[in-house]
Formats: sequence, C-alpha cells, structure tokens
Amino acid sequence: MNPLALLVPDYTLRVVALGAGMLGLVAGALGCFAVLRRQSLLGDAISHAALPGIVLAFLLTGAKNPLVLVLGAALAGWLGTLVVTLIVRHSRLPADSALGIVLSVFFGAGLVLLTWVQQMPTAAQAGLDTFLFGQAATMLAGDVVVITTLGSIALLAVAVFWKEFKLLTFDPEYGATQGLPMRSIDILLTTFLVIAIVIGLQTVGVVLMSALVIAPAAAARQWTDSLGVMVLLAAGFGAIAGVGGALLSGAAEHMPTGPTIVLSAMVLVMLSVSFAPRRGLVWDAVQRRRQRQQLRTDAVLADLHELAQHHKGAHAHDVTVLQMMRGSRTDVPRALGVLRSRGLADRDAAGGWYITEAGRDEITRPGGAGHGDEHGH
Amino acid sequence: MTKSRARAVQAMETSMAIELEIQLVAVVVAVACALSGVFLVLRRMALMSDAISHTVLLGIVLAFFLVRDITSPFLIAGAAATGVATVWLVELLRRTQRLREDAAIGLVFTALFSVAVILISRYAGSVHLDTDAVLLGEIAFAPFRRLEVNGLDLGPRTLWVMGGVLGLNVGFIALFYKELKLSTFDPGLAAALGFSPVLLHYAFMTLVSVTAVGAFDAVGSILVVALMIAPPATAYLLAESLRRMLLLSVAIAAAAALLGFWFAWIVDASIAGSMTSAAGVLFLAAFLLAPHRGIVAVQRRRRRQRWEFARLMLAIHLLHHEDTAASATENHEDHLGAHLRWDARFAQRVIREAEEEGLLRRSPSGVLHLTDQGRLAATQAMQV
Repeated sequence: MNPLALLVPDYTLRVVALGAGMLGLVAGALGCFAVLRRQSLLGDAISHAALPGIVLAFLLTGAKNPLVLVLGAALAGWLGTLVVTLIVRHSRLPADSALGIVLSVFFGAGLVLLTWVQQMPTAAQAGLDTFLFGQAATMLAGDVVVITTLGSIALLAVAVFWKEFKLLTFDPEYGATQGLPMRSIDILLTTFLVIAIVIGLQTVGVVLMSALVIAPAAAARQWTDSLGVMVLLAAGFGAIAGVGGALLSGAAEHMPTGPTIVLSAMVLVMLSVSFAPRRGLVWDAVQRRRQRQQLRTDAVLADLHELAQHHKGAHAHDVTVLQMMRGSRTDVPRALGVLRSRGLADRDAAGGWYITEAGRDEITRPGGAGHGDEHGH
Repeated sequence: MTKSRARAVQAMETSMAIELEIQLVAVVVAVACALSGVFLVLRRMALMSDAISHTVLLGIVLAFFLVRDITSPFLIAGAAATGVATVWLVELLRRTQRLREDAAIGLVFTALFSVAVILISRYAGSVHLDTDAVLLGEIAFAPFRRLEVNGLDLGPRTLWVMGGVLGLNVGFIALFYKELKLSTFDPGLAAALGFSPVLLHYAFMTLVSVTAVGAFDAVGSILVVALMIAPPATAYLLAESLRRMLLLSVAIAAAAALLGFWFAWIVDASIAGSMTSAAGVLFLAAFLLAPHRGIVAVQRRRRRQRWEFARLMLAIHLLHHEDTAASATENHEDHLGAHLRWDARFAQRVIREAEEEGLLRRSPSGVLHLTDQGRLAATQAMQV
C-alpha cells in the first residue's frame, strides 16, 4: 500500500494535501524572486487581475475544465502585469499606485462579467466563485494533475534560466551591458510567477494566494544569503505550509483550508524572523547582550589596570572603588567574577581585587581588552 | 385615473426614488474615498488601502463577537481600530529590518484576513456575515436599509454613514491642509518645523480606515481600493497642484460613480464592479490623452522634435560645407543619404519641410543653399 495512504487515510484529504503542498512548493520558489525584487505585492495584483480571464474563459468555452480556467486566469494575470509595467514606464505614477489600479480595476471588470454570466440561462456558473475565496475541499485528482504539471514547468524554467533570473534580480543593469535582453527575461520570469499564482487560486483563493508567494520566501530569506539555498528553503517552507495547513483544516471542523495554509506559512515567517541564526531577532538580542557584557568586563579590567599603575604593584582594591569608577553598582561584581574565572583578575585574603599578570598581558595585547574600540566587531 | 394605473405610477416613482438614492450613495462613497486616496497616492501608500480594506474585516468580526449586533456603530469603531493596527504592524515588521515594506504589507493583511475568515466560518456561521458580501458589497441594497428615527424615514442608512465619513474627510483635509501638504511633499522639513509627521500619519491612517469601513459596506473591500486609488491617480496625471488634484479627483470619482451606475443599470451587472470599471476607463483615457503627459501627447511631441532635429542637422551640414570646394557635391540633395545616413524618402521630407520653413533653397540642379534664416538657425544651434 502507498505509504502516503497510510499516513493520511482519507482520500479527499490526501488529494487536497498533495495539491496544496505542490502549490506551496511552486509559489515558494517563484516567490523568492518577487520578494527580492521588492515586487511582493505583484502577486496580489496578479491574482486579482486573473478574475476577468477566468470568467471569459468560462464564457467562451462554457466549460469548467480546470486547465481552461487556469489558462484564462494566466492570460489576464499576465496582461495585468504588462499594464502595470506600461503605466510605470509611461507615466509619473509610482509603482504602488499602478499595482492598485490594475488590481482593483481588473477585479471590478471581472465582477461585472461574473454578474452578467450569472444571469445567463446556462447559469452553470456555480463554482466560479470558489476562485474568489478558494475551496480546497472541492479539489479533485484532475486539479492536482494540472497543478503539478504547470508547477513543474515553472520550476523547470527557473532551473533552465537560473543565471538570467539571478542577474535580473540582483543586477539588471550589468546584465544589460552584457547584451542580455533584460526586458524579455523580466517578462519570462513574470510569466512563470503568473503560472505559479493562477494554479493556486482555486485552492486558497484570490486574497490569500499573495500570502503564499510572499511568506515562504520571506521566511527563507532569514536563514541564508544565497539565492540557491533561499529558493530551495522557500520551496520547502511552502510545501510544509501547504501540506500542514491542509491537514490541519481537515482535522478540525469549520477550518477553511486557504486561511489555515496562510496562517501556517505565517508561523514559519514568525519563527524564522525570530530564531534564524545571524538574522533572527532572538539571535540578534543574545549577540548584543553578549557584546555589552564583554564591553563591561573589559572596562573593569582596564580600571584595575589603571589602579595598579597608580599604586605600583599588586595593590588590591575594594569593589566599591571599582563601582565608583564605573558609575554603576550592579555590573561590577559580575564582571569581576568573569575576570577571575578567566584568570585576568583575582581577590586577595582581605577581599580586595587586583589585576593578575595575565590580565596585564591582556590589556597590552593588540586587539585585547585595552583596545576596546576594536573589540567585539 | 384608474386604481391600477395609479399603483403603477407610484411603483415607478418609488423605483426612480431608489435609483436616485443609489446614485447619491454611489457618488458620496466615491468622493469620500477619492479625497483620502489623493494623499495615499502622493505618499506612495496606495497599497495600504488594499491592506486596510481587507483587515477591517477582522475588526468587524471581533467587534461583532463583543456586541453581538451587526448594526452596531461599535463595528465601525472596531474596524477602524484594526485599520490603524494594520499600519502599526506593518511599521513594526518593517522596523525589524528583516522584511521590506512591500512584503510586510502583504504578510500583515493576509494574516489578519485569514484570522477573520477562520473566525467567521468557525463561530459566526449562523449569522449574516459572509465573506462574499464583505468582499464584494452590494450598493443596490443600500436604499432598503433605512434610517428611521421615531418612525420617520430619513433615507438610506448608508447615505447617512457615508455622508458623515465624507464630512470627516473634508473637515480633516481642510483643517490640516497645510500640515498634510508639507508632510506629504517634504516630511523632513515638516519634522524640522516641529510638526509631528508620525501623529499626523496615524491620524490620517485612522481617517483612511474609517473611510474604508464605511465604503466597504456599500462597494466591498476590493472596490474600495479602486475608488481610493483610480480617481486620484487619474487626477495626478492631469493636475499640477495639490488643490487642483483634489478637485479633479472629486469630479472624476463622481463621474465614475454615475457612469458606473448607469452602465450597471442598463446591462444589469454589479454596480460596484461597473463603478470600478468606469474609474478604470477614465484612468485609461487620461493615461492616453492627458494634454501634456498623455501617451499620445508625448509621442506627438517626440515625433515633432525628431523632424525639428533633422531639419537643424541638415542646416548645420549645409553651413559646414558652404563655400568649400566640394560644396556642390556635399550639399547636393542626393548626397545626404551617404553623409547623414538618411534614406532618400526621409531626406526628401526633411528638405521639403526645411524649404517650407524658409531655411534653405533648392537649385534646379539639386544643390541646396542655406537662406539667411537657415544660416542663423544653424549658427545658433551650434553655439548652444
């Protein structure tokens, strides 16, 4: 028996989880480029702009074949991004306004078409509105095939045009000087982003598909500075969010799949932003705290050294003297403890503190505690 | 007049009254959105309207759980509060420097929206609070929700709510016009002069949130975005001053509302969708046909400049070879192709236009001679 079937015995849920996982994987991988190019909200515009295409595809073919609807959506979404580009290039409007106009006007036009379709006698349109809000529960094996096929094409394209897409993301001007057709490459990348988005509309809906483009990429960005690693991580995060969200929503009553998937992805973002090594907020806080302590300890050692020079020799001093020199009461005993454990300072029988030979060496050593400015960088 | 005829007339009058009321609501909603939208577009925060118009859903849901009354004004207060919370959360995420602003906006609004949708489907299933109505709105129902005080019919409730919101917008902009203008165009100077850009920013975003909540009852959340961005963006292409941009936005918004209403009425489609489409068409018209910045005007100007430049090039060429030994061949009309890399047809047209402009004369043998005017033009062009 299929091991997947053992893990998730319910057939429908298995189909949904598989589809959602594939979706997250593709959106996560393609989303990296959008996020890095500061076009995170392009996904939002594309998914809204797809609506008139879906309705028109239905109008022209009269069928609810998922492939036909997805193609209609892709065409309209692609046209939407083209219009955004045209507006930005040929007017003084900033990109965010252009995105907002395309997003809302395309969607409004789609709505007009939709309400018009709904009056037609052949009103077999039920199901079209699942594209708006997403309804993963209705996902069929055929839908998963469409998702997997188109998604694989998009992923393959990323592999084939890896170098070009990388250049487009980080240094398009350099690419242009090398004679590469950067505009065409831009359109190509956008096309595959459009594909990644429209295949998800039915599952997570228009509003939430944009989250699936941004969240895995934003999470992956925290863990690495390499594009390759980031794309792989984002694909993994997307797949985890997709499968996890689908299973969660299947396990609980009245948990809509789309929002559950999105919130799963958000949890990954929050974890990454907080705990990722080097970039994570917690890592950052720990690092800063450690540096502060190091600085305090060094300062106390320097004070001891100065006292020793004044008094010629291993003359011990009370803690209060050091506390007065630091202008702080609380930090000094702790710093002295650290210094003693490192053998840089010690305490005599009367409880007075003095600097050891090793401490003196540390002070005079280039880059040591006496050179606090260079320390800790 | 027979009884049935009288009833028919009455029905018609009612339907006309309804039509009128819907149009009135549409215009008020569109104008209120456009006013706050002007500053969103100028401050490059257009997509904040997208975010807010989605997250207010969470505020409405949470407030509903508290007061258990779908018509309570607390719902609007709750929604406005989540709108401001959205702005604050985006700012918080951005300030961690781990995420850029566009990603932060996208993450915050989808997350809050997801929470709202889950809450609705888990706990509010039996109540009338479905996502369709929230996202799409239905302005056509506005006349059927009346505001009655002591049994006296005061008109559609939405009209009163949005009238209030419109008043709030007008009042805010009138009161803080100078501050808004300064902090929009030069935030650094505004801060240096002692205005608090942060305070004004949050006050303004509260206004945007209140406007979005009020409007989205009528037109739905996605179309709020259209009404907030499209008319001001259209005005931005046409206007050269903030005052004119505000006035134009209002006019364009009202026009989009009326055009959209009539289109929807005729083909019997979604009114809100038609209003958005009308706003889109008006934007397209301005994008193509705006007097100075429109695509058509720019193209025409470019073409004219190209010919002007070519005529000047010709004059300079002629001046250069005038009175030299080779002037008969260099300044022959057939030589231009080789020298200036012009094809024959292009060259002929430039020569004809230059001749019409009085820059040169063509001798019967085909040699070109500069006129005084042409010589002057060429000399001046070289000096610049």
